[in-house]
Amino acid sequence: MNIINLTRDHDEDFVHRVEEESGQKVSLCYQCGNCTAGCPYTFAYDIPVSQIMRLVQMGQKKTVLSSKSIWLCATCESCTTRCPNNIDVACIMDVLRHMARREGLAAVPQVKTFWDSFLDSVRAHGRVFEMGLLINYVTKTGRFWTDMDLGPKILPKGKLALKPHDIQGKEHVARIFERFDRESNS
Amino acid sequence: MRIGVFVCHCGSNIEGTVDTAAVAKATLEFPEVVYATDTMYACSEPGQDGIIQAIKEKNLTGVVVASCTPRMHEPTFRKAVERAGLNRFMFEMANIREHVSWIGKNREANTNKSLDLVRIAVEKLRRDAPLIPSKFSVNKRVMIIGGGVAGIQAALDCADGGLQVVLVERESTIGGKMAKLDKTFPTVDCSSCILGPKMVDVAQHPNITLHAYSEVDSIGGYVGNFQVKVKKKATYVDWELCTGCGACIEKCPSKKNPDAFNEKIGPCTSINIPFPQAIPKKAYIDATTCRQFVKGKCGVCAKVCPTGAIRYDMTDEIVTEDVGAIVAATGYDLFDIKKIPEYGSGTYPDVITGLQYERLLSASGPTGGHIKRPSDGKEPKNIVFIQCVGSRDKSLDRPYCSGFCCMYTAKQTILTKDHIPDSQSYVFYMDIRSPGKMYDEFTRRAMEEYGARYIRGRVAMVYPKGDKLMVRGADTLAGTQVEIEADLVVLAAGAEAAKGAPQLAEKLRISYDKYGFFMESHPKLKPVETNTAGVYLAGSCQGPKDIPQSVGQGSAAAAKVLALFSKDMLESDPQISRVDIKRCVGCGKCIMTCPFKAIKEVEFRGQKKAEVIETVCQGCGICTSTCPQGAIQLSHFTDNQILAEVNALCQS
Repeated sequence: MNIINLTRDHDEDFVHRVEEESGQKVSLCYQCGNCTAGCPYTFAYDIPVSQIMRLVQMGQKKTVLSSKSIWLCATCESCTTRCPNNIDVACIMDVLRHMARREGLAAVPQVKTFWDSFLDSVRAHGRVFEMGLLINYVTKTGRFWTDMDLGPKILPKGKLALKPHDIQGKEHVARIFERFDRESNS
Repeated sequence: MRIGVFVCHCGSNIEGTVDTAAVAKATLEFPEVVYATDTMYACSEPGQDGIIQAIKEKNLTGVVVASCTPRMHEPTFRKAVERAGLNRFMFEMANIREHVSWIGKNREANTNKSLDLVRIAVEKLRRDAPLIPSKFSVNKRVMIIGGGVAGIQAALDCADGGLQVVLVERESTIGGKMAKLDKTFPTVDCSSCILGPKMVDVAQHPNITLHAYSEVDSIGGYVGNFQVKVKKKATYVDWELCTGCGACIEKCPSKKNPDAFNEKIGPCTSINIPFPQAIPKKAYIDATTCRQFVKGKCGVCAKVCPTGAIRYDMTDEIVTEDVGAIVAATGYDLFDIKKIPEYGSGTYPDVITGLQYERLLSASGPTGGHIKRPSDGKEPKNIVFIQCVGSRDKSLDRPYCSGFCCMYTAKQTILTKDHIPDSQSYVFYMDIRSPGKMYDEFTRRAMEEYGARYIRGRVAMVYPKGDKLMVRGADTLAGTQVEIEADLVVLAAGAEAAKGAPQLAEKLRISYDKYGFFMESHPKLKPVETNTAGVYLAGSCQGPKDIPQSVGQGSAAAAKVLALFSKDMLESDPQISRVDIKRCVGCGKCIMTCPFKAIKEVEFRGQKKAEVIETVCQGCGICTSTCPQGAIQLSHFTDNQILAEVNALCQS
């Protein structure tokens, strides 16, 4: 990590945006480390969640938004549940993910592609069409063998339909997506 | 003699590794032991009752209790023995807990060692004689040394309790460090607003005599009857005549002297009153800078003084005060920040101490309460606070925590934001120590409401860059090096023992630790007492303390003095040295070695002899090992007793 100049590199606007979008006050964090202690994904993270919180306090926008951790977070909310200052840490991670997306950053592109494929599927069918999601994700990422071993287990149980089964009124769901697009662009 | 032995279990503390019943049984073989038993808790009420009952039923004339250290329960058992009608000095204690059961695991070896210790105690007791304490009267005046907030509180509480109080202050005004502070944590109330009224009370209290600009020269005597020589330093101003009008200060031509009250960040005149609320509000001349003294001509102040109070020929004066008790409340001084050159203090004027920053914040300070940095008078925007400067640092021989810096730094970040709303404070800390009522909430408020940016890490160096100071340090929570472009750097300098503290301790005959802080009698149970009877402690002279703690100790010391003075007569400890006048050859060696000046020379039938002053002797025993004739013996620690103890041990 480079030397951080706290007078020049502190992006106060970034701190305010995180606080505004998450509704959380990051200065409440006193760095006890309870979030990292309980986080089941720390083994895969490049920056532990408590350090993400510290870097947000320090206004280190680029480091935070380029981190893999924000994409690997599963929103299990162990951190939120255990925070002694009642900070919704998982929500902050979520906000950071959104901000990274807006900045065109995705340190773990597969995760972003999965979310995109999932939401595209919901938008088209009103619910997720697993096989379609799978094909969409695999073609975009080229990860043909991902979770292939699960196929023989779930196919006989009828958990992986070959044709989509749309919900009634899927156009209402699609309208939610349209409104989101409209409002986030305006 | 009919001796009874009581071997204590102390629950499982002793019984766990010592066979107390076997020890008790075996002691019955010792000479003159007629009764022995083991007991669950000898110090408990049933335990003491058992001892008393045995004394009465078995007609015992002496008692040995084998239990804990005599520091713990010797007074308890002496009282019990006395209640049963014996002389309370016909009692000995064998320490089989600290010296045996707590330090060894082998039950058999422990049991044997316990038996040896009881054997020794029995041999000593056989040579004990009843001792009668003598009584002496108490002079119910108290001297408080140091007029900071602790000393002020002690003085007021003693005076309100009806005692005559002599308050001695080194500076020309009382108030101490607290008078220099702007606001106080955690309430952020104005320091001089809460201290000022107390200072005025001191000035106006009919029971308080104030010696300002004075120092303790020497101390003689003992509890109840001290004679203290106080040196009233020459102020060159007749304080009887001085009205504190300030005309002299206005006209003094020597205006550029470093102002000690303003921590040397502002100038002051050679004739000066430190601050407007000074008590006493009297001028004094600093002879090291005054032109009349340095160049031999000037005399402006003498000309302008409307009451003719200036006295260039004044000299130091010694006054003797007789008091019965002394409270030391001499406070602390700051660590010299120049000892850490990498922080740039001494090199860069904009690196200052926290106390200097207080003067910048204070409305009565050199900048009139506007934060202006010393170098160019600019208002700083980015202020870096560095904590633990000269605290918690073994390499600087300052391993202790100064205690109050975390809190005053948090307060200063809050005040900074109040003074300069668009400023940004940064605090480098190692840990935040805020264990007090509303203290942690206060430090959190500095961060959460006032936006102080706290950085967990140390600073490596401060170096100039243009008109700014670059502060290079670490953020260990982010795991990286950081740097800040600062306009002002404030160092939370740690607390040290006040200058001259060890010398005063020696005059008071009290102990001090390796850092110069005075030693209390017991770290938990006797926090304001010392090991010298009649001398008490209050405030930071014992170790760094914040204002509430200092005030608490001031009151506590006053309570101790009032309790001491509640008796008209005091009893002296009779376990003291006595001179066998037939053997004494009058060589005077004991007089020279006595650390308490408790031995005097007397004439007896034309011959020089030594005589012990009963009330002054503390029973240390140095004289007994000095005397070439064996003429001076410490009661209950006579040569014969010690030899008997050694014999008992060697022959067992």
